Amino acid sequence: MENSKDYKKRIKRHTPKSPIFKDCLLAFVFGGAISAIGEILASLYIYFGAEEQTSYTLVTVTLIFVSALLTGLGVFDNIARYAGAGTLVPVTGFANSVVSSAIDTKAEGLILGVGSKIFTVAGPVILYAILSGSILGVIYYFVTLFS
Amino acid sequence: MDLFKLLMAFLIGGLICVVAQLLIDLTRLTPARILVLYVCFGVFLGGVGLYTPLFDLAGAGASVPLIGFGANVAKGVMESVDENGLLGSLMGPFTASAVGCSSALIFGYLAALIFKSKSKRT
Amino acid sequence: MQKITYLEKPVYFESYSATGGFEEGRGPLGKNFDFIDNSDLFGMKTCEKAEAEMARINLNIALKKKNLSPSDLNVLVAGDLQNQCVASSGGLFTFGIPFLGLYGACSTCTEGLLVLSAMLSTSKTYTRGASVTSSHNSAAERQFRTPLEYGGQRAPSAQWTATASGAFILGKEKSHIKITAFMPGKAIDGYTKDQSNMGAAMALGAFDSINSFFKENNPDEFDLIMTGDLGHVGSNILEDMLREKITRYGTKLASLHNDCGLLLYDFDTQDVHSGASGCGCSASVLASFILPKIERGELRKILFLSTGALMSTSSVSQGDNILGIAPAIQIEYEE
Repeated sequence: MENSKDYKKRIKRHTPKSPIFKDCLLAFVFGGAISAIGEILASLYIYFGAEEQTSYTLVTVTLIFVSALLTGLGVFDNIARYAGAGTLVPVTGFANSVVSSAIDTKAEGLILGVGSKIFTVAGPVILYAILSGSILGVIYYFVTLFS
Repeated sequence: MDLFKLLMAFLIGGLICVVAQLLIDLTRLTPARILVLYVCFGVFLGGVGLYTPLFDLAGAGASVPLIGFGANVAKGVMESVDENGLLGSLMGPFTASAVGCSSALIFGYLAALIFKSKSKRT
Repeated sequence: MQKITYLEKPVYFESYSATGGFEEGRGPLGKNFDFIDNSDLFGMKTCEKAEAEMARINLNIALKKKNLSPSDLNVLVAGDLQNQCVASSGGLFTFGIPFLGLYGACSTCTEGLLVLSAMLSTSKTYTRGASVTSSHNSAAERQFRTPLEYGGQRAPSAQWTATASGAFILGKEKSHIKITAFMPGKAIDGYTKDQSNMGAAMALGAFDSINSFFKENNPDEFDLIMTGDLGHVGSNILEDMLREKITRYGTKLASLHNDCGLLLYDFDTQDVHSGASGCGCSASVLASFILPKIERGELRKILFLSTGALMSTSSVSQGDNILGIAPAIQIEYEE
């Protein structure tokens, strides 16, 4: 037989690497395009009279809506398998993780299925956003207090 | 329409995604960990005041990636602390992330009512 | 200590059947399947129920082929990948056959045939039993990985869980295919926690079983050594190790080796990365491809080892390594 160290080396030798260049290029194009679409939408909302801050918030809502729709139609996962981080990192990925969990657990009921599982993938993101935000708030409070 | 800002949105937004892709491919970090990392990093950027210049430069290129979500939380928290004191550190995070979370949850719920999961295809 | 049982009175394959879903149907073995449902749902509302129904349909086909009724069977051993093996019990209880649920992850097919052979060859009263194994891609994705519509990228070493089932009726009535020996495998540390590289996690288990088996058997008598679902990565690791570590027969063993996970899909048109996996993979390949070959006399003697990765989502997130296991059965052609 083989010891752990040698076997790990053997695994490494035989495991194909991800095509990094191709993955990164696709992530760049998709991520960039989604951001650019966001920017165009923002200018559009400003043009129609929204304030700058509000228009960027509306962009977030729009992208979440579109992601939800594409996820429901079964298109999102087929784009994401090529786009990788390009659809994961924009708010589209966050929306997809919430929406896909919700759709997936429908069969287990609307309360214990959808209700509890809707957070399975997105829960950590929300938790750590709140947690780090809170910590920042405390630090900020004391910094402003003493300066 | 500011074409330079549009270009910057594309470049910066794309680059932020490339960094995540490298993390996935090279370190086998799971996507969930990367999202958490990005949100926390966004809070940090917002907290130290680096996010605003990035946003001014790239617009949606900064706000659309999850970093923007984190930075938004940071901004909301600091405003809330200014207004409500220490209690603001508990009020701010939820208020600031409300739009993103609520819309994802509500659209998710509606989608669950309408759509069904389909079999994966190769 | 690990021992090989050589059956004095062999146990025969009286009937067998393979069913599968869309991807299995359009794969190279699709035309040999007894039943394909392109919706993957087998008329049910959820994928979990679909897997249970697939298993039911499959056993029904196997029974029909030999004009048998459920009451002709003394025992049913079955397993799948769902929590508590609920697809097997839920799908097959209506037959009213005494039931034993099995869990050996993707090694369940061989485990079931092994247990059934042992029972039939030692019991005087039992004459016939069935072994059914199934897996469903959607049910496995939901249970072990992410929601179906979640947008993620799969690693190049990842494998594709087959939506497939294999049903086998074994008995004492003579046929052209017989089980003549069996050997349970040992659970072996796969030295990896990487859930997207199951082939690597199971290759050591397969190596251990093959190594033990051929300490007292001559590979020249064999036409094929078939593992369950090592895929490209696991197969390469296994063949490398056989060549390096077994001085006497290593090269011969490696040249005899093939893997069910490499046969179920077409790598040019189906993007399944390292290959097929799941309990249904080795079961359906055995029923649709290997047994017919033995029945026709094209293969005379083979060693069949379904490979299983023993783990749960909690064991992996708690930092445990994935274990590999490979029970073995020897199948022969009978004139």
